[in-house]
Amino acid sequence: MLIFFLLLQGTSLYMLFTYNNFHHSIYTIFSSELSGKVFDRVNNVEEYFSLKKENQSLRLQNAALLSRLPSGLIVADSSFSLVADTLKNDSISVVRQFEYMPAKVLSNSVFLQQNYIMLHRGSDQGVLNNMAVVGPDGVIGTVVGTSKNMSIVMSLLHRQSKLIAVMKKGSGLGEVSWDGKDPAILSLNKIPQTVNVKKGDTVITSPYSDRFPPGMTIGYIEEVDQDQETNTYILKVRTSTDFYSIQHAYVVKNILEDEMQELKRKIIKE
Amino acid sequence: MRFILKNSFRFFIIFFIQVFILSKVPPLHQFIVPYFYFILILWLPFRTSRTSLLFYGFVLGMIVDMFYKTPGLHTAASLLIAFMRPYIINLLLPKEVTEWGDDEPSRFSMGALPYSTYILFLTLLHNGYLILLEWIQFGSFLYFIGKLIGTSVVSLLLILITELFVHRKTRSR
Repeated sequence: MLIFFLLLQGTSLYMLFTYNNFHHSIYTIFSSELSGKVFDRVNNVEEYFSLKKENQSLRLQNAALLSRLPSGLIVADSSFSLVADTLKNDSISVVRQFEYMPAKVLSNSVFLQQNYIMLHRGSDQGVLNNMAVVGPDGVIGTVVGTSKNMSIVMSLLHRQSKLIAVMKKGSGLGEVSWDGKDPAILSLNKIPQTVNVKKGDTVITSPYSDRFPPGMTIGYIEEVDQDQETNTYILKVRTSTDFYSIQHAYVVKNILEDEMQELKRKIIKE
Repeated sequence: MRFILKNSFRFFIIFFIQVFILSKVPPLHQFIVPYFYFILILWLPFRTSRTSLLFYGFVLGMIVDMFYKTPGLHTAASLLIAFMRPYIINLLLPKEVTEWGDDEPSRFSMGALPYSTYILFLTLLHNGYLILLEWIQFGSFLYFIGKLIGTSVVSLLLILITELFVHRKTRSR
């Protein structure tokens, strides 16, 4: 009897301590397909409760997108045409780096210490591990597990989540994490005191990340505190995303990631 | 047959409340997390064999873990109380357990004081082990103690409420 108990106990502890390392475990695939189906049913009902809020945010986003359409911009006609173009390398051509894939949120928690979000889009629909997930208002998290039709996202509200951030109006690299107390407040550390930080400043994703598109809003400074020992700030950041009511999200694919990784590998080899 | 029906019905109701309602209620504080699904293990009849107890604890924990996305965490804790349950009952009731038949542990079948001790001890054991496992991954000693007290108070309160709402018919002693 004791052996049977120890065996089962060992199995569960093994699952617990390997989950964070091996995201693509059989467990993820098996359990997220199953619980995803149940969550889908429940979610169909729950969506009604936040319809109004959700509509509002979609309308706002639509308005923002519409205003970026070329037809909405007027440019004074000052162009002239070149007859012979001998330039081989077009230095002003644009390369698309990030692609946004919409996904429906199946389940979401904010009250635990390790919060995950489940999306109704999986490896068959192009989601891979380590992709960034953003919402209409800002950063949500990172994909940590995928199955065929579902994927699991580690939300910013996770004790082990870490994200590099910068201040919008100046330099200063910092690290965003969560202390597990309030689902609306993140902590931002490692910003040196040489940078001028005020309450209300915007915190955005860093341009050095190869997952997150640069300039995505993470949140706004809520409280400024100074750490005398390390000469850095201890900042509290109010999230721009309302984690209580996420219904839609976008998985961000970095099209150039393979190229970046290849370049890095090449340098390490040499 | 009636036994299976009753227990599956109970399972779905309690599981639904735990996973779809309690996990979405805004907590008063980070330390106050409501857990009461393990009452399913505490309410199994006296004659349940140790092997089936362990098996039931394992499956229940696994299913809860699937929905909380914490593989192994609740499984480990519910296994522990499924394992300890027979020892506690033997300690509190020196009678031959098989004599109780289909009876479940309740304040009528065990008496109010032994039953409270039984609930209190296993609740503390479940929450203590669960939070200890969390503490190993992150957090501090204050987190452990604070959350253990907060969670256990809420658990006991929820069990008390369930106890008042669910009418469990048993032979009187």
